[in-house]
Amino acid sequence: MQEKNLFLADTLNARTFALAEKSGLPLMTICSTCQGVMSQANQRLTEDPEYLAQVNETLADEGLEYKGTIDPKHLLWIIAEDLGIDFLETKIVRKLEGFKFAPFYGCYIVRPSKALKLDENPNRKQALEQVIEAVGAEVVDFPGSTLCCGFPILTINPKNSQTMVANHTIDAKDRGADSMVTPCPLCHLNLDGYQPNAAALAKRDIDLPIIHLPQLVGLSLGIAPEKMRLNKHLVSTKKLLSELADAP
Amino acid sequence: MEVIFKVQRFDPESTDLVSHFQEYNVQLTDSSTVLDGLIKIREEDDGTLSLRCSCRAAICGSCAMRINGEAGLACNTKIIDVMPQDGSPIVIEPAGNLPVIKDLIVDFQPFWAKFKAVEPWLQPGDIQPEGEYIAPEEDMVHLAGVVSCILCGACVSDCTVLEVDDSFLGPAALAKAYRFSRDPRDESDDQRLAQLNEPGGVWDCTRCMKCVEVCPKGVDPMDRIMLLREKVMDAGHNNTSGARHANAFAKFLKNSGWLDELKLPVMSFGIFNIKAMIGLIPLGIKSQLAGKRPPIFHHKLSSAKEIKKIFEKVESKK
Ligand code: SF4
Ligand code: SF4
Ligand code: FES
Repeated sequence: MQEKNLFLADTLNARTFALAEKSGLPLMTICSTCQGVMSQANQRLTEDPEYLAQVNETLADEGLEYKGTIDPKHLLWIIAEDLGIDFLETKIVRKLEGFKFAPFYGCYIVRPSKALKLDENPNRKQALEQVIEAVGAEVVDFPGSTLCCGFPILTINPKNSQTMVANHTIDAKDRGADSMVTPCPLCHLNLDGYQPNAAALAKRDIDLPIIHLPQLVGLSLGIAPEKMRLNKHLVSTKKLLSELADAP
Repeated sequence: MEVIFKVQRFDPESTDLVSHFQEYNVQLTDSSTVLDGLIKIREEDDGTLSLRCSCRAAICGSCAMRINGEAGLACNTKIIDVMPQDGSPIVIEPAGNLPVIKDLIVDFQPFWAKFKAVEPWLQPGDIQPEGEYIAPEEDMVHLAGVVSCILCGACVSDCTVLEVDDSFLGPAALAKAYRFSRDPRDESDDQRLAQLNEPGGVWDCTRCMKCVEVCPKGVDPMDRIMLLREKVMDAGHNNTSGARHANAFAKFLKNSGWLDELKLPVMSFGIFNIKAMIGLIPLGIKSQLAGKRPPIFHHKLSSAKEIKKIFEKVESKK
């Protein structure tokens, strides 16, 4: 929406924030892109009272007002900051020892660093690695971890989009990753759904399952894989899950 | 304090023509910059280390390089801000997405070629003003950020699209295109916007925000690219996949309060883009089989009416 009309986009976000304020509950998202969009909108809304007043004028028709008190938070941050890694560790029933996961943050949960308050919370740059280690698995570092998955240009420039998918998944795979973990459903969509196209483009097998962050945590909490729709991925998670079942 | 640098070296006259890393230990102070460190290495330790620099004050734009994997000006980066806590070295590499000439020096030729391609000069119309044309202040102040570009190439170095496709005009050139397209004295918008609407132009950006993050001057290239997209669409160029996507996105939101994920790609590719549509089919079928696809019947959100009202109110003001 941003490129169509920024004011409109900010008003729609302000409406969501106003509804959250009204409910008296904090606002959580499971999507990096939502996080980025909401954090940036919130920055614009809260740093300029005049702008906020204009937005609120539009919201007034619906009887809503955004006061500026919402701090939207991704599930990843809630796990790492609010609940704490120590707390997560106490809840783990199934250590994923012996598995290697490559963390894929994507863009909007690390940039722009100011709106996402990364300087105030430096931990946010390492949170995904911390969760992977907490569930007992090994982190596979690779250069593309905070780069673009290619999703935003999926329909605009499929070749570039799929080259990005190929580069990241091949990099992670060649460094020994069993799977890639992402806090962003859109990254997941591109990295999982278009991995076969990317493999064709790169003329080689890739076959790297892409796991959502909640699925990774869920596995360590003992939630059944089918319940988390791990059987509905395009890149099959079968091998990964059977190795998990066989592991001691 | 002792600082360890791990610097990427490349010598075009060497026989193997591969780059390698070399470590240096340097004594520096708390207020030293990365550039101070590199100059000290060159002066006291290894005269063969090649780098570009001039002003040492973030003005000339010649010292952009990758510091711990991210582009920045060496003269503008304090050692204490980038020195890893665990005692590991500061990793220094040449700027990315441009050919390396030697060590930290890259060839800016591709950078200038793209810059030139957007014709970064004022192009007044046929009717020449009689006297000096002074642009009104309110038309120019909002360009303050974008005119402060020092052409350092940090944004180009880290652009995620340039990494996979060097035909993309890239953040620096597009930000400059925006600067001229918004100048009230420039009359060449028709031609500028038509060019920017072409492949390699504004629609190829992934909105990864790398350029915004690494730019030392607050140019915010990506935000300028988004504003150019708006201009391009307003000028009637609505027939690219990018424009269709943006328009379809807004339309769904306006009418139902959320996205129809099944129809969005179809509308983005364009109903008549048979090739791209066929390209979508395999994913559609696989998704069906895997039980992972958006609902076929797109229902309205309960708050759709309120959302539509916001659209109408804001759009009527525009
Ligand atoms: S936002 Fe666009 S122009 Fe900027 S670095 Fe990313 S892809 Fe390149
Ligand atoms: S936009 Fe910023 S990063 Fe890019 S060349 Fe200009 S000053 Fe450097
Ligand atoms: S030396 Fe001039 S910008 Fe760094």
